[in-house]
Amino acid sequence: MSTLIDLILLTLMAITAIAALQLKDLFGAVMLTGIYSLLSALWFLILDAADVSFTEAAVGAGISTVLMLGTLALTQRNEKSPSHPRILPLFVVTITGAILVYGTLDMPAFADPQAPIHTHVAPHYIEKSGEEIGIPNIVTSVLASYRGYDTLGETTVIFTACIGVLLLLGIGRRREDDES
Amino acid sequence: MKHHSILRIITKLLIPLILLFALYVQFHGDFGPGGGFQAGVIFAAGLILYALVFGLDTASEVIKEWVLMILVPLGVLIYAGVGVASLILGGNFLDYNVLAHDPVHGQHLGILLVELGVGVTVAAGLTTIFFAFAGRGRRNPEGALITKAANPTQEPQR
Amino acid sequence: MNWIDHYNYWIVIFLMMLGFYAIIASDNLVKKIIGLNIFQTSVFVLFISMGKVPGGVAPILRDDPTVLYSNPLPHVLILTAIVVGVATTALALALVVRIHEAYGSIEEDEIHEQDQLAG
Repeated sequence: MSTLIDLILLTLMAITAIAALQLKDLFGAVMLTGIYSLLSALWFLILDAADVSFTEAAVGAGISTVLMLGTLALTQRNEKSPSHPRILPLFVVTITGAILVYGTLDMPAFADPQAPIHTHVAPHYIEKSGEEIGIPNIVTSVLASYRGYDTLGETTVIFTACIGVLLLLGIGRRREDDES
Repeated sequence: MKHHSILRIITKLLIPLILLFALYVQFHGDFGPGGGFQAGVIFAAGLILYALVFGLDTASEVIKEWVLMILVPLGVLIYAGVGVASLILGGNFLDYNVLAHDPVHGQHLGILLVELGVGVTVAAGLTTIFFAFAGRGRRNPEGALITKAANPTQEPQR
Repeated sequence: MNWIDHYNYWIVIFLMMLGFYAIIASDNLVKKIIGLNIFQTSVFVLFISMGKVPGGVAPILRDDPTVLYSNPLPHVLILTAIVVGVATTALALALVVRIHEAYGSIEEDEIHEQDQLAG
């Protein structure tokens, strides 16, 4: 049953993505990306990734949609040039996709318990994090403790991005400076 | 947004719940799904909803920009500070075992503080980014927000 | 070989190539960012689908020792990636806003034309 939901949600995601990219009206395209994010959040929940689903629902369907709409309000709402299919990009994309599909033939089947990803570090986290860290949510223990360096880096990236946006757009910066 | 009574009232009802839920996700993240990243984005979403419905002028009175400017680096400093504290107490960087009298308690404390740092940075950072986008083109030369009364030719707020 | 075994991967590749095409073929800068977002999400889908264990539950420890948990590692990686993703998207959008202020357009060909005219 959950495999069926998985297939349907993935197909819906693909359809929404196509619709979002071929739409001329950027407002509609942004709304469709919001729907796309919500669908992917649902899909994450089906595949047991509750934490990820949470974040994607708040970020994808909420904040990033609002930021894109803000950008459209400051720029323009419609895509100008007619989006005729381009031969060279289409060729590149098809070749790359075909090679990648060929590559997947050697990948472990979906939800294979013997896949390499399940045999290396993850069993240690699942078996030992209860004693070593003592909190039930394994995702939190890995995020904050086992891979604390990683998360420190991610937090710094957000800090840096925030500084970057402030430098580009500015809170309380002079508008005259922009003319140069 | 002056006339959308339903939106305004529903938003007033929803915002405390969203913020409370964000705090729940923050501090219950050890036991259920949740943690600093999730709580931060939910908190920021609540503040952004407030700014969208009641306008940027009202929102920037509630959430002062200088407070956000302090909170964004503060979160990173809390995180790195926990690492330095564990160095001083004789462990490795970000090794929480030494923070308390026994390793498991130390881990609890460390994770709580670290998640708090992440939550503060994410919430303040995303709110700042939204304010930067929303305030663009609506400022006078001194950098203060242009209110509608002061500048009637300005576009109505969205 | 059952087609369901690899359906997830194929959707991932499809989404990835869709985003890739939008990035290289689209003239509109906002469209490019939407394409980048779709590309990004396809990677999330790839990671999360690899972490699934049949009959598994969300990786939150329970008292019952017979419970099978899904792999928590991809969840951690993707969780942070999503938030970093929105931060980088915001930076890209800020650049688009500044480009629009400087050139009055967010279409790549028009920006190129103006650059050519300016020498």
